[in-house]
Amino acid sequence: MKLLGKIVTYLILSLSVLGALIPVVWLLLASIRPTDQVFSEIFTASHPTLQNYADLWELQSPNYIRALVNSVFLACAGVILQLFFCSLAGYALAKYEFKGKKALMAVQLLTVFIPGAVTLGPGYQLMYQLGLVDTYAGMLIGSAGNVFGIFLFRQAMLGVPDELLNAARIDGCTEFGIYWNIILPIIRPMTGAFCLLTFMGSWNSLLWPSMMLQSPAHHTLPIALSSLVGLYSQKYGMMMAGTVVMIFPVVALFLVLQKEFISGLTSGAVKG
Amino acid sequence: MRESSSFFKKQQKLAPYWFVLPFVVTFLVFSAYPYLKSLSYSLYATSGPKDAKFVGLSNYTFLFSDPDFHQAVANTALFALLSVAIQLPLSLGLAMLLSQKWLKGVKVWRLAVFLPNLLGQVAVGVLFSVLLQPKFGLVNIGLSKVLGEAMLDKKWLSDPQNVLPALVLVQAWISIGYNMIYFLAALQNVDQELIEAAMVDGANGWQRFRAVTLPAITPVLMFVLVTMTVGSFQLYELPRLLLGGGGPDNRGLTIIMYLFNNGLNPGNLGYAAAVGWTLALMLAAISAIQLWLSGAAKKDA
Repeated sequence: MKLLGKIVTYLILSLSVLGALIPVVWLLLASIRPTDQVFSEIFTASHPTLQNYADLWELQSPNYIRALVNSVFLACAGVILQLFFCSLAGYALAKYEFKGKKALMAVQLLTVFIPGAVTLGPGYQLMYQLGLVDTYAGMLIGSAGNVFGIFLFRQAMLGVPDELLNAARIDGCTEFGIYWNIILPIIRPMTGAFCLLTFMGSWNSLLWPSMMLQSPAHHTLPIALSSLVGLYSQKYGMMMAGTVVMIFPVVALFLVLQKEFISGLTSGAVKG
Repeated sequence: MRESSSFFKKQQKLAPYWFVLPFVVTFLVFSAYPYLKSLSYSLYATSGPKDAKFVGLSNYTFLFSDPDFHQAVANTALFALLSVAIQLPLSLGLAMLLSQKWLKGVKVWRLAVFLPNLLGQVAVGVLFSVLLQPKFGLVNIGLSKVLGEAMLDKKWLSDPQNVLPALVLVQAWISIGYNMIYFLAALQNVDQELIEAAMVDGANGWQRFRAVTLPAITPVLMFVLVTMTVGSFQLYELPRLLLGGGGPDNRGLTIIMYLFNNGLNPGNLGYAAAVGWTLALMLAAISAIQLWLSGAAKKDA
């Protein structure tokens, strides 16, 4: 009975993993098959070619690489900005008493349940009045005040003992120095998880960027990929190559941050 | 010495205000202000920034009488309900399998199951719009091997009946691994001695789960349930890429898609705001009910 249980467990896990991986494997192989053979094989690619990737470069205008660069820049700059803004505010909420703290926490709770779609219209209008439509500055500054990020950082920082901070104060450490030299290194797993989540959020978002970034030279990968689907709906190989280009950076980043991601993501939820 | 210590005291008092300043300023300008503005907008009919006419609650009354909005709410609510019903047991079940002490290669299993989540809704939408094609799509080829040749012709994306199930299944493919990570962490905190004590008392697997495991993971279960519901109600990218829009008979039309098509796109920001706030109220009500139910369940146990 015990052995049977083990066999069944491994069997279910294997099936789940196959279900998760097979579409991805098919995607990778389809992207290197010639366009007219995308569906003629399933788990092989007997005439491998990079023509689909070359098509992305040649047929898309402005080419797909430009969109990749735009996406990388926006996601990285967005992560750094949000990391700084959210961890500083989270630090203040976790470790200080100050006027307006309660109000800030209440606002935080309230906005978590209000969908971002509510502000799409007025947000766009504000960006227009400030002359920030179709600029990267507008994209970045608009997303810097990430309420969920503050919640995560506050949760992680609550766990840092106050004695540690007071000891640093006696040694003459400034308040910012405490944040920089003591708090940030301790909450590193949380930071890794936050970076990956923020990166993925920026990387995959379509609605707001497609309103904001109007000129084709500013398009990000989701915009470029969805317009590619509209224009070349019969070129399946090229569509699949475009999809691979879009998922590759996220998978790479995840493999780097994997350890931090899992422990950081869950520590906030389990304690909170 | 005295002067320097007073410097540090003063600094300690002022520091938090500096620390929250960047966030508070950007939040006030780019979130709070648009929130308030959209509240007032929802009472206006607009067709551009200079042309706004006060219409009271008529955006809302029109919304409630529009069959397309009813369709969007029905689609989205059904999507959320089916997603929760499929994803919660499967992700919790997988997490319980992966928590077995004798299991080898936990990290590899976990990574593989989690992988689809990294792809994101846009890429997954494009990928599955190809995989779900009748005749030559991978999904139907696989199904026809198991369930017979008839499955090869199943029209997932062009038959109104199948659109919502397709969306639910693709979303489950994306999210099960993600939710599993939360359950895995929660299960690590379950008291093993209590489980063993229950085993000595002769409790069977289900009784042990009901009496020991479930109460211990309830907070995480609620967290996953609420975030999953809130996320499901904001579905947009996946159907947009998978179906290219609302799909056949608008069976894939979601609330956010309706907001975009009927409000933002024609430039009626007032109507878009009314749709958005209606969605916000629905989410607040549903989350409150879910949390209240979990509280009631706790008292019951």
